[in-house]
Amino acid sequence: MSQSGYVAMLDLGAGVVLVCAVVTLWRRSLAAIVRALALQGVALGGVALFLGLRQHDGALVVVSLVVVGEKGAAIPAVLMRVVPRGPTSRELSPLVNVPASLVAAGALTLLAFAVSGPVVALVPTTTGRLVPLGLATVLIGVLAMAVRKKAVSQIVGLLLVDNGIALVAFLATGGFPLVVELGASLDVLLVVVVLRVLGSEMRSRYGVLDLDELQELHD
Amino acid sequence: MTAPPGVAGAILVVCAQILVAGIGGPLLLGLMRKTRSRLEGRVGPPVRQPLLDVRKLLAKQRIRPQCGSWLFAAGPLVLISTSVVVAGTAPLLTTRPPLGQSTDFFGVVFVLLLGSVFLALAALDTGTPFGGMGASRATTIGALTEPALLVAVLALSIPAHTSNLPALVREGLSDPQVIASPGRILALAAFVVVVLAESGRLPVDNPSTHLELTMIHEAMVLEHSGPDLALVTVGESMRLALLLGLLVNLSVPWGMATGSGMASLVVGTVALVAKVALAGIAIATFEVFTAKLRLFRLPELLAGAFVLALLGVVTALVSR
Repeated sequence: MSQSGYVAMLDLGAGVVLVCAVVTLWRRSLAAIVRALALQGVALGGVALFLGLRQHDGALVVVSLVVVGEKGAAIPAVLMRVVPRGPTSRELSPLVNVPASLVAAGALTLLAFAVSGPVVALVPTTTGRLVPLGLATVLIGVLAMAVRKKAVSQIVGLLLVDNGIALVAFLATGGFPLVVELGASLDVLLVVVVLRVLGSEMRSRYGVLDLDELQELHD
Repeated sequence: MTAPPGVAGAILVVCAQILVAGIGGPLLLGLMRKTRSRLEGRVGPPVRQPLLDVRKLLAKQRIRPQCGSWLFAAGPLVLISTSVVVAGTAPLLTTRPPLGQSTDFFGVVFVLLLGSVFLALAALDTGTPFGGMGASRATTIGALTEPALLVAVLALSIPAHTSNLPALVREGLSDPQVIASPGRILALAAFVVVVLAESGRLPVDNPSTHLELTMIHEAMVLEHSGPDLALVTVGESMRLALLLGLLVNLSVPWGMATGSGMASLVVGTVALVAKVALAGIAIATFEVFTAKLRLFRLPELLAGAFVLALLGVVTALVSR
């Protein structure tokens, strides 16, 4: 693949990661949010795959396959099982309304762009200029955790942070060693599985997945 | 066969663009209604029905409210004039329209906005509550779409280093990779939402209802009759055709005339009509499966378009 085509594919992959992060703030339906997260995982894996193929780095190619399998398929599948059917599967009243959080996401993107100048200057390769997109994904993930009430959207926020960090790592350093990536992936998967257990427990007790229900003592 | 050179050729191209937009606009409206009817299992009116309506309206008596001022008469005239100006100068059939040097994308946005403003003023002028309500809603939506549109234009013009509309189209034609760049895709996605909002289609406004409390555009033009209404219909449908034409030329510019030959102009016309017709059918199909959004939910949709455009700007800056 030519140099410009390779750069275009990396641009596209990093762009999709950021847009998926914004879509999770835009949509109210939990199923749509989880689908956006799955697409983000696939795009993240694509970025790693292109980097690996370009640098002839076999370990990075393996990592990219792990990323696609875990973040693009396994985690969304587990989350989908927690998402209930019916009207409770919507984020009805987030703490900050949707237009305001979208504008905040835009502002955070600009902030990430403004503060990541030194990091971009540190990275010698051309991929470094995409680092702000990863940082913006991290910030949007924190925002999603702060303003959303449903357990599923909060865990999606955490996963956004994780994906953003992974994107920055791939772009800035050419990826983690395989062992580190496997460890981090297992950690995240464990968190999601714990949420799955907690979610079904919460639903059977209170009938909803609102984390506000956990703020006071129940019988 | 070549077009006559110089001024005559330029006038020919401008007239051809205005004619295609003026006749194609109402036909596009008819095509979208026909598509919708067919998908819903009805036969529907013929595709040329809007043109027949316009002919009938033009022959009717002009009735204006006694309490209206000059603004009421000016509304339809300004609307149709802005549509004609944009149709004459925008790169529709050819990538080098004769007046293309001055066709700035921001300028096109402002000229189209002028028409909407005068239509809203004409609706407010007579003092009927219905027109005022429609005008207030239309202005609210306009105030939310304009930022998204302007930021999308900015995102499109950053890689090209110009906001000249023909230059943007030519850049896409010469280098397909520009079209596939994330910045351009995001900006065009925002542009699609803006087109739906600006032309009053679902899920923003329901174009097929007349007496419903939630309607926007039809409430504004309720007081117009006869030739005035014909002008409004033609102006609005031209605007839809123009916005769709710009959208398809920015995203799939292939087939447009690049030189000044007569044959390439004909090919460009056929290509434009085919692309806009496909886009219209796609929108009509989408409308069948969509419900109108609540008015209070509209800011979410338009804020989403704004953020998409903003991300387009950021990615365009990053990948520069």
